[in-house]
Amino acid sequence: MSPGTRRVVLVPALAVLAAVIGAGLADLPPFGHPHSPYGDLLNRVAVPERHTTNVVAATVFDYRGFDTLGEEFILFCAVTGVVALLRDQTEDTGQGEDEPQNDALPVVLMLAFGPCVVIAAWLAAFGYLTPGGGFQAGVVFAGVALLIYLGVGHRHFVVAARDRVTDPLEGLGAGGYVVVGLAALIAGMPFLHNLFGPGETGTFASGGSIGLLNWASAVEVAAANLLLFTHFLGAHVAPLVRGGGA
Amino acid sequence: MTVLADAVAVWIFVLGLYGVATSRNLIHLALCLTVMQSATYVHLLVAGYKRGGTAPIFSGVPLGARTVDPIVQALTLTDIVVSVTVVALILALALDAHKLRDTIDPEELDEFRG
Repeated sequence: MSPGTRRVVLVPALAVLAAVIGAGLADLPPFGHPHSPYGDLLNRVAVPERHTTNVVAATVFDYRGFDTLGEEFILFCAVTGVVALLRDQTEDTGQGEDEPQNDALPVVLMLAFGPCVVIAAWLAAFGYLTPGGGFQAGVVFAGVALLIYLGVGHRHFVVAARDRVTDPLEGLGAGGYVVVGLAALIAGMPFLHNLFGPGETGTFASGGSIGLLNWASAVEVAAANLLLFTHFLGAHVAPLVRGGGA
Repeated sequence: MTVLADAVAVWIFVLGLYGVATSRNLIHLALCLTVMQSATYVHLLVAGYKRGGTAPIFSGVPLGARTVDPIVQALTLTDIVVSVTVVALILALALDAHKLRDTIDPEELDEFRG
């Protein structure tokens, strides 16, 4: 398509888009005064019903838990797609030499490692009580993996983060979510119905299945990110390492 | 204030759209798409904001306190995850295109050959 014809197509499309956005925004309730009956309802009932204090987590992993299952599988499918696309480019056996490391780097990384692991575990374990949740925790866990990458270098990392470690982890995360849902079915309740009872409000032992689902998504998100890192790094960095920086 | 909050979302969206429309580099295009999608985060959070409302997390906040809409926050979370996966797929395709055609300029990738 030539730039000329493209402009002919683009301008009317933009005009329609602008009209739709304008019309949509014009009818919204004023800022700070939303019509949110569903949200208000959840804010009232989530704590008494589920005994978790983070209503967003209760929404994600309980009231809209089935949506989140779909979301987990969007992530799963996309990562599968990336791995399929890049697989033949990442036949990296960990050969070749790493650049010599700066002495200060491992010290800084070791100092950052502990706090990051604690933050990630806290986000996953207490995500339904305080700000946090499985998705955020998974991203921080993947960040910890990147710290290790920086510390040990490409060669050791691709050996450690082989697909035989990350693939099962990703399956465990996505599958674990389904298993928690099926467990409710086996117990004679609807799919993904909250198990174990609500527990005591604001304590670790509250929210029933929400805590388990939190961990399932944390594992899924961390493994998915790790798979993306290793495959992109394999496709991009490995030839550079092998070719001596060429 | 109403106008300003919506204007921020529209401005981010238009910025991203301009980038996508004029991009000459698939990686740049993927990032512009992320910028475009960020407009939806802002818009969702604006739509759920309640004046004087606090976060919908009731640890240290009494039940019945004025809190913002938790649904839009959960939707924003979904939105971010979808955004990341889409970007990852586009970047993988960009890598493939670079390997096959030695370019990531969409202009030069116009006619895909087998």
